[in-house]
Amino acid sequence: MAAVQWKNPVIKWIDYRLPIFTMVHHDLVDYPTPRNLNYWWNFGSLAGITLVIMVLTGIFLAMYYTPHVDYAFESVERIMRDVNYGWLIRYLHMNGGSMFFLAVYIHVFRGLYFGSYKAPRELLWIIGVFILLAMMATAFMGYVLPWGQMSFWAATVITNLFSAVPLVGEAIVRWLWGGFTVDNPTLNRFYALHFLLPFVILGLVGLHMWALHVHKSNNPLGIDIKSPSDTIPFHPYYTAKDMYGLGIFMTVYLFFVFFAPNFFGEPDNYIKANSLVTPAHIVPEWYLLPYYAILRAITFDIWFIPAKLIGVIAMFASILILVLLPWLDRSPVRSARFRPLYKQFFWLFFVDCLILGWVGANPPDAMLMGKISLLVIGQLATLYYFAFFLVIVPLLGIFERPKPLPESISAAVLKPGAAE
Amino acid sequence: MTATATTAGPLDDGKSRRDFLLIATSTVGAVGTALAVWPLVDSMNPAADVLALASTEVDLSAIQQGQSITVVWRGKPVFVRHRTAAEIKAAEATALSELIDPQPDKARVKKPQWLVMVGVCTHLGCIPLGQKANDLKGDYGGWFCPCHGSHYDTAGRIRKGPAPQNLAVPDYQFLSDTVIRIG
Ligand code: HEM
Ligand code: FES
Repeated sequence: MAAVQWKNPVIKWIDYRLPIFTMVHHDLVDYPTPRNLNYWWNFGSLAGITLVIMVLTGIFLAMYYTPHVDYAFESVERIMRDVNYGWLIRYLHMNGGSMFFLAVYIHVFRGLYFGSYKAPRELLWIIGVFILLAMMATAFMGYVLPWGQMSFWAATVITNLFSAVPLVGEAIVRWLWGGFTVDNPTLNRFYALHFLLPFVILGLVGLHMWALHVHKSNNPLGIDIKSPSDTIPFHPYYTAKDMYGLGIFMTVYLFFVFFAPNFFGEPDNYIKANSLVTPAHIVPEWYLLPYYAILRAITFDIWFIPAKLIGVIAMFASILILVLLPWLDRSPVRSARFRPLYKQFFWLFFVDCLILGWVGANPPDAMLMGKISLLVIGQLATLYYFAFFLVIVPLLGIFERPKPLPESISAAVLKPGAAE
Repeated sequence: MTATATTAGPLDDGKSRRDFLLIATSTVGAVGTALAVWPLVDSMNPAADVLALASTEVDLSAIQQGQSITVVWRGKPVFVRHRTAAEIKAAEATALSELIDPQPDKARVKKPQWLVMVGVCTHLGCIPLGQKANDLKGDYGGWFCPCHGSHYDTAGRIRKGPAPQNLAVPDYQFLSDTVIRIG
């Protein structure tokens, strides 16, 4: 690609010494992008913008927030009542967390459907899995900061997960707490880490973008870019499309901020933390519910391994298994559009995740219509979750007969009467 | 002696000696770095003042039969229950083979009517219900943890649900007939 000739002397001077303008031009303006991207490709940029919103609102919250067990709850209430626009900043941050996960989950399912994890994008995908893990840690620790009842008990239950580790479990938990229970030292370190981790995420996103720009975006057909006629420049085509998507995304986001700011929250979190009373029904935030259901699904020991440890391992494995996906899926075809069987199992998997979320939101002993135990549903859903990755996907790679692939993106897209 | 480093003496000799020096230096460097990380890691462990938390004394005289109180020890709730004869009988009559974490009732009490234990579910640390008269007490008439559904019996032993162990019995002593010291 020909170097850009800058006319403005200041830009020219800077760019000669630090080619930052050339880089932006190369990666955001001229950048060749498949011409057939659909709206599922909007969610990466939406997640990025949400991350920026989280960092910005977070910094302003941090100017008033006090990380001490005696003041944390009150300082958040003060942000809500007394600080100018404090309510707005907090509600943007609170609901921004949910919108962030919404965008990222859609982004991940997009990747699963269109095979974006396959060669040569394995590392891009794996970096994404680490971003997801870092987001979960960040959101979990952020949720502890307002020091309400749910904050306290979420912190207690999640840190206690590590007590399942054989031999050193108790020592690890005490180390995480800095005491004998979740207490002031815990709140302090969670605040420090909640402040730090988003910047780690920013770094990971940088690597994610770098890897993306080496082999460029996948596309709904899942076939490689073969000639310049398969692509269009990022600007103005996708800048415009991304901005349009952003408008819709912000409408949804701000609807919650202004009209249902506590929709995703739990009323119990407006009760100050009490270390002697557990709320009757503790649940994590919605974006962690499926993992919570997997954790609770394991109620049986296997050999000498206690159920509690297996539950914890299953929960972490449910995310880490995504790292292996590029090697579990041996099918050379990326897009589910050309994989008739994978497509069906994919949608079943999607529904399975929703079922897990629903099970996770309910009390452990709940019954469906008074008859079917939710525990059993959760166990079956967990079974399918792992079978999808460990059995179905590997077998489909061998036995499925994909439909014929189009010759090229441009041939498929520009053909008269072709679907978009 | 004008040779520079790149033209050192006999190949084998120079090579293996340099390799040795390189590996030895890097190893010492790596171990040193690892040692330097330890203070950072250990700083997150409970600090001296947190460890110095005192023991707690509890006066039992005001607790009626069938009543429980909750006291705080090291920031954790401790359940003290004055058990009824029926509860003691149920606990003693349970066969060890029915238990997930087998322990006879008498190993869990110093005096059968007084059950003292840390009120923290051994699953993931919630506080089980059952201290108040109208609380849920679970299928075994003891305590019930609402978080993930663990049922404890009248000796605080785990009977059903995900918790792996009985509620812990802390170290305590009877200072007199009606006063105990925990810790
Ligand atoms: C990856 C991006 C981030 C996520 C997912 C996230 C998530 C959260 C969540 C879920 C809460 C709890 C909200 C509530 O229930 O009230 C929270 C609170 C908080 N966050 Fe963040 N956060 C992020 C970035 C940041 C950053 C960069 C900062 C500061 C530089 C920050 C500072 C705070 C503060 C001070 C609170 C406590 C005040 C409150 O509860 O509203 N956050 N965060
Ligand atoms: S913490 Fe009590 S059952 Fe999970």
